[in-house]
Amino acid sequence: MKIVIPADVNRTDSQVSLAFGRAPYFAVYNTETCNTDFISNSAAESSGGAGIKAAQALVNLGAEAMISFRCGENAAAVLNSSGIKMFQAEAGSVALNVKLYTESRLNALKDIHPGFHGQTTNL
Amino acid sequence: MKIAVLSGKGGTGKTFVSVNLAAAEENSCYADFDTEEPDGHLFFRPENIVSENVSVKIADYNKKLCVGCQKCVKFCAFNALAYVGNKLMIFENVCHSCGGCMTVCPEHALTEKDKIVGVTEEGVSGGITVLTGFLNTGEASGVPIIKRLNEKLNKYKFSVIDCPPGSACQVLESVKNADYCVLVLEPTIFGLDNFLTVLKLVKLLNKKFGVIINKSLSDNNIAENYCNENGIDILARFPYDQYLAKINSEGLIAVREKAKYKDIFSGISKKIKEMFI
Repeated sequence: MKIVIPADVNRTDSQVSLAFGRAPYFAVYNTETCNTDFISNSAAESSGGAGIKAAQALVNLGAEAMISFRCGENAAAVLNSSGIKMFQAEAGSVALNVKLYTESRLNALKDIHPGFHGQTTNL
Repeated sequence: MKIAVLSGKGGTGKTFVSVNLAAAEENSCYADFDTEEPDGHLFFRPENIVSENVSVKIADYNKKLCVGCQKCVKFCAFNALAYVGNKLMIFENVCHSCGGCMTVCPEHALTEKDKIVGVTEEGVSGGITVLTGFLNTGEASGVPIIKRLNEKLNKYKFSVIDCPPGSACQVLESVKNADYCVLVLEPTIFGLDNFLTVLKLVKLLNKKFGVIINKSLSDNNIAENYCNENGIDILARFPYDQYLAKINSEGLIAVREKAKYKDIFSGISKKIKEMFI
């Protein structure tokens, strides 16, 4: 089973990224092998719809859970449709969140926001 | 004849100029192309309004034909599509109506459907036709509405287009078919700076144009100086004026209140018409 966590850098001691759709990397933790791989998030460079594209990448990866501080409504719609469970990240590293997940100590992610569409780009 | 009124900076007096230019001319049409915040109708208070929806084409799909190749998902530059659990998700608010997904789908599963983005209203006020475009809240662009308004404008002999502020695509669409452009210029550093971007646009489009200086405090100001140094035709000047401000705040039209303003605005139209003889 694969668990995905947005990360600022591609190391397990990286902080969990504050953004989901525009996180630079995704940590992919495999519960069978206990390995963490990193993939770069190609959606981060999108001019719009980054959350949708990032969520699609998780679907195609076959992820079953995602741990994040927050998630936009479009990304959440994609994740929900594919049954990917969303958990609320705790402040700290990717490794810490993996540990908390394996100990079933993370809560469900409730902070689904309407998105930051266009707020950082100059139309 | 179609006269487009532009400014660059908002609040310089586009609506004041266009409403009065149209009101001073018999059987003219005032057309509000500022679809995000049209306000000319507040002055004209048109009656006998006929409304018409404006829609754009957005992506739709036929599930039976889709084989889940995700070519459309990868192609969409706006990320409006996702493919999850054997079905395509279409984010209608993200779709930019480009139609690209239809061209890349090998199964012809993608189609288009209509989505209403706004409305046009056509009414009458004292012999003047008042044409207004309203963009629905949350929609990205008024361009489809402006295109529709431009088609409607063709039946009028004399029309004045109240353009959106700025110099981006909605303004480009607004001035495209204009015979003449009136650039309203406020003599402030900000006003002049934004005016220069609009000036660049009308020059690029090879439009005939002239300037109206509004909210002028003296004859010696940066707007006046710029026009003089660059040989730009100044059609009229309006000073800061308590009376104009007062009637404006009451939603009244200057040319309908005082003969003096009727003469000024008729004079501006006459001057413009003479350039085409």
